[in-house]
Amino acid sequence: MPKLLTGAEIVFKCLEEQKVEHIFGYPGGAVLPIYDELKNHPSIKHILVRHEQGAGHAAEGYARSSGKPGVVLVTSGPGATNVVTALTDAYMDSVPLVCISGQVPTHLIGTDAFQECDTTGITRPCTKHNWLVKDINDLSKVIHEAFRVATTGRPGPVLIDIPKDIQFAKTKYKKQNKEKKLNGKSHNKFSKDQIDELVKLLSKAKKPIIYSGGGVINSGPKASQALREFVELTGFPITSTLQGLGAYPGDDNQFLGMLGMHGTYEANNAMHDCDLLINIGARFDDRITGKIDEFSPNSKKVHIDIDPSSINKIIKVDLAIVGDVTSVISKINKTISKRKNGHSKSNKSNIAKWWEQIEKWREKDSLNFVNSDESIKPQHAVKRLYELTKNKDTYVTTEVGQHQMWAAQHYKFNKPNRWMTSGGLGTMGYGLPAAVGVQIAHPEKLVIDIAGEASVLMTMQEMSTAVQYNLPIKIFILNNQYMGMVRQWQELLHEKNYSESYSEALPDFMKMAEAYGCKGIKADNPADLDDKIQEMIDYDGPVIFDCHVDPNENCFPMIPSGKPHNQMILGPNDQEENKIKGKGKALV
Amino acid sequence: MPKSKSAYSIPTKKQKPDTYIFVVWVDNEAGVLARVVGLFSGRGYNIESLAVAEVDAVKNISRITIVTTGTPQVIDQIRLQLTKLVPVHKVAEFKREDKGVIFKEMALFKVVGKRNKIQKCLNACKKFNPVILDETKTSAVIQITALRREIDKMNKRLKPLGLISTSRTGAVAMTRGAKIFN
Repeated sequence: MPKLLTGAEIVFKCLEEQKVEHIFGYPGGAVLPIYDELKNHPSIKHILVRHEQGAGHAAEGYARSSGKPGVVLVTSGPGATNVVTALTDAYMDSVPLVCISGQVPTHLIGTDAFQECDTTGITRPCTKHNWLVKDINDLSKVIHEAFRVATTGRPGPVLIDIPKDIQFAKTKYKKQNKEKKLNGKSHNKFSKDQIDELVKLLSKAKKPIIYSGGGVINSGPKASQALREFVELTGFPITSTLQGLGAYPGDDNQFLGMLGMHGTYEANNAMHDCDLLINIGARFDDRITGKIDEFSPNSKKVHIDIDPSSINKIIKVDLAIVGDVTSVISKINKTISKRKNGHSKSNKSNIAKWWEQIEKWREKDSLNFVNSDESIKPQHAVKRLYELTKNKDTYVTTEVGQHQMWAAQHYKFNKPNRWMTSGGLGTMGYGLPAAVGVQIAHPEKLVIDIAGEASVLMTMQEMSTAVQYNLPIKIFILNNQYMGMVRQWQELLHEKNYSESYSEALPDFMKMAEAYGCKGIKADNPADLDDKIQEMIDYDGPVIFDCHVDPNENCFPMIPSGKPHNQMILGPNDQEENKIKGKGKALV
Repeated sequence: MPKSKSAYSIPTKKQKPDTYIFVVWVDNEAGVLARVVGLFSGRGYNIESLAVAEVDAVKNISRITIVTTGTPQVIDQIRLQLTKLVPVHKVAEFKREDKGVIFKEMALFKVVGKRNKIQKCLNACKKFNPVILDETKTSAVIQITALRREIDKMNKRLKPLGLISTSRTGAVAMTRGAKIFN
């Protein structure tokens, strides 16, 4: 007779079979049997966080930088509710997470027991799927299924709620069933005709643009490779969403920079004026499209996405290709190459005029800012950080706000999986724990959280985690003493009524660093900035870098107020002529 | 109207909504109805009626029929979002006007009154296969099967004839002919 295992043992057996090496978690009453079992599984390392939200974001950072699912272990009740923000964040940004939560014993479910909550009810709208395991015989099947759901199709978070009595109960272990259960959910069913139609559109286009998104990153490094080939073969300009940065080299001439609300002038104008728009793994987010009615009015639109429900959700497209980015783009590349051998004429000459136009837009230099000798401009700080770290294969996470947009604008990424930011949900406090997760996945790499002082205080406690595991993450705080993006909107839309957006009592970050047992560096003079950044990079251990920047700087360019892509506000030089008025205010 | 200072776009063009019937085959497991209904409420879709029951005890399949309204774009989204749910096997949708599909709802009417009034009720229901399920000297429970709007109409017509309580199901649907949904 095969050996009977407890539920807790089965959890680890499954994690081992799924090749999980790290779990991020926090113990509590309803998961103690699982924690008790931890010692018997040396191949799995547990990272103790300081708050369950931190566990979730750390797992997200881990997943996004490594391509493997992140695993979270939390207790019932408050443990589960604390992780909800991270699950929602992962759901919005399509990050594969497997969250295991403890639950009160089955006979107490529904009795308002201590630390009981309806975890599967609460997390139903913010997971791809969740399970409450009420029978020990289902446990191994459910865990394996959970990994499959989290990592296939459009990735996302899942949750398994395991009552404490199930963790103690015993049964036989069942291995993963390799057989694929598709259930009508095939994600790679594009046809040759669709590819041919796209290739035809490519050859006819005079003003094309490629708009790539996080789907390219999620599809794996091969997708980025295929995308680069595709851009080279076609000679088309490419722009990227916030989540897609790094899929295509940020310093390449065919790259127009990020698009959308704080995207570049050239990228947004090209989106508006193009005659062929190829969306690869992006979802026409409202921060991207601006005013829907006037979004790219004269273009044929192609949408390549693994999630059928993303297609025609916001923007009607002319050609939809449902499939994995790697397979679709590779197929397109093959088809183009074959044709080219037939007749040597490339359509690069067709689009020469288009490139001329783009170069004209580029001359606006829309990311410019007025630098200063007296105070550190936040954009300048990001630029210097980029220059001093660009040769190091650096991983960057961010919090949410102005600093996040400046990082996206001025830090150029050349590889996928190097840029981790909360885009869909916009979770302040994401970056620090995410950096913890990234550093766990890449212990030898330089990991920087470009942060704002307001955001970073939301999950500051995870510094303690970084110190415990000696993770040399660098927290680069652009400290302007404001919730900068809130202040910017109040300045532009609410007559400079800076309601509650100024942080009156900020902590001394140097002392904070000391208290956590890491290094603190403070910079407030542009002349010292480079040396101090270098000091941060060279220090072998976690650093909190308090970079005091000009508190009045705003993030430009910007699509204001119910305007389409071609009506951006540029930097300070341009603003006098272009004030936001009346109805425009609604849309910033 | 006060100026909007929202961080989001203002709704623009509105298409006309139509009524559609969705048929969804799901694993009959705990929470599956909550997932389907939660999807509707979470994304702001409307449910006019809902009928759900297990239809295959061996394969453990339930069939959910939902009547909803929406623009073609919303209806598309509902189908695609439903299809993404893990326990959902397949989804079919029909316009209410679709001649190839039968839609039926059932209603139970409790009528209290003299014989002649009850008889009048039965006559009024004649077109909708009335069945008397319970009868006393002063009351009757009448079952009819009909379309939603027909039941609405009967509900009104029977009020003056002694109708005191109505209980009705959501719509269920079946294609005509030998075809089945696929």
